[in-house]
Amino acid sequence: MKRHVHLVATPLILAALVLLWWGYVRAFEVSPLILPSPASVGASIVDLLQSPRTWNHIWYTLYETIAGFLIAVVVGIGLGALLGKTPWLERTLNPLIVGLQVMPKIALVPLFVVWFGFGPTSKVVMAAVLAFFPVMTNTIIGIKSVERGHRDVMTSLNASRWQSLREVELPASLPFILTGMEVGIVLAIIGAIVGEYLGGSNGLGYMAVAALNAFDVPGMFAVIIILTVIGFLLYALVVMLRRFVTPWHESVLITRET
Amino acid sequence: MVSEASASSPEIRLSGLEQRYRTEAGGEVLALTGIDLSIRRGEFVVLIGPSGCGKTTMLRIMAGLIRPTSGTVEIAGRPLWKGGARDDSAVQELGVAFQEANLFPWMRIEENIALPLKLRGVPKAKRLERARALTELVGIKGFERRWPRELSGGMRQRAAIARALSLDPHILLMDEPFGALDAMTRDRMNVELQRIWMMQGCTVVLVTHSISEAVFLADRIVLLSPRPGRMDTIIDVPFPRPRDGDSATRPEFQAIVRDLRKRLDAMS
Repeated sequence: MKRHVHLVATPLILAALVLLWWGYVRAFEVSPLILPSPASVGASIVDLLQSPRTWNHIWYTLYETIAGFLIAVVVGIGLGALLGKTPWLERTLNPLIVGLQVMPKIALVPLFVVWFGFGPTSKVVMAAVLAFFPVMTNTIIGIKSVERGHRDVMTSLNASRWQSLREVELPASLPFILTGMEVGIVLAIIGAIVGEYLGGSNGLGYMAVAALNAFDVPGMFAVIIILTVIGFLLYALVVMLRRFVTPWHESVLITRET
Repeated sequence: MVSEASASSPEIRLSGLEQRYRTEAGGEVLALTGIDLSIRRGEFVVLIGPSGCGKTTMLRIMAGLIRPTSGTVEIAGRPLWKGGARDDSAVQELGVAFQEANLFPWMRIEENIALPLKLRGVPKAKRLERARALTELVGIKGFERRWPRELSGGMRQRAAIARALSLDPHILLMDEPFGALDAMTRDRMNVELQRIWMMQGCTVVLVTHSISEAVFLADRIVLLSPRPGRMDTIIDVPFPRPRDGDSATRPEFQAIVRDLRKRLDAMS
């Protein structure tokens, strides 16, 4: 009984929140320019989804997010593996990496627009730059936390560095890498959206700004909700990946049992 | 298989081994000194001693996991270290099992067992066939497709032994392989290990701190004394094979156990 309780409780809470929103707007007669009612936002969503233009924007944002994310995963794992296996290189580059990590990368968007133009490329780059760091740092941590006993086995078998990386270090890092990817996909969406906010005329970020400029507040809320649903789906996809990629791992075992 | 050199020379020869560690404070600790030991082909040698006597260090040196500060290790007449690297043909003669099974959780049991073959480029069908034969030898047939976490501690240790045997090494090195198991499982594993050893005809060097385990398994027991670790006594255990639970109740067996315990008590 208890294991299925969330299947009912989660929608209920969601419904309660919408009801609260609706009640608040009704009771205090909030201006629709500040907070539109759930009904008008709902109507706006239905409206938007019927227009092929909206779908164009959705594909645009999806493409930028996924392309940026994939670049971040490939480069992040590659560089993370290199740094994780080469301690002197990591020590050398560490101040640089920390510096780049704490830098507010969103501030780079205008620069990227200058460099890569108003098209999708500047957004892909922004998404990749944001998603890259969690993937890379988690890969480094994963490679460093390979058990000593496992290293001993590979040493006793006279395995080469490449063999150790492929057979032990990368698989052992996968749970860490997936955690980095879960953070990364969310950041990739943010990167793409912020890029669209600040430059260009495509994507859901642009749509939200355009709606606001037209005083179409329900439209803006509708775009934000569509974005949230997309983000949720992408995140769920990465979480599901965990089950396929690391079926042997404790975290997968636990979620299966509950 | 038996070459001229390996027939005439001992399977393992340690000469003038010494191991020093640098401590963090900048000092030096002498972990092991004056180790000279020859182990014959097919012999079962047990290293025993109080903690800090360097028995694990000695085994790890034989396995090539540690490079000794001075002295040489020869495996079947060939030096284990050539220049700065382990001699690969000597390494192939060694199978190593640790206190923890150290199976890789992301590989199924058969993949774990076949890993040494994979690293040496043996085709998949062939190495899985070998893995199946080994699961039968170590008594975990039917568990080939399981994940390591699905097996009990004893079964995991059996799989680790199977992995150590997969290259068909002439020498099996074991560092307290049953130390983490409960007493009953441990006794059973000792009988099993004796059976595997008799079937494979390999040379075994096993580290333990259990006196009865040492006497039950060994042809020769090497007793090490601590600080610095050095060889104290070598004791022959001449009982016939296969030994079983009854062997352990015999007075001759008990006498060796008693002597060993006395010497060990005198050290600490």
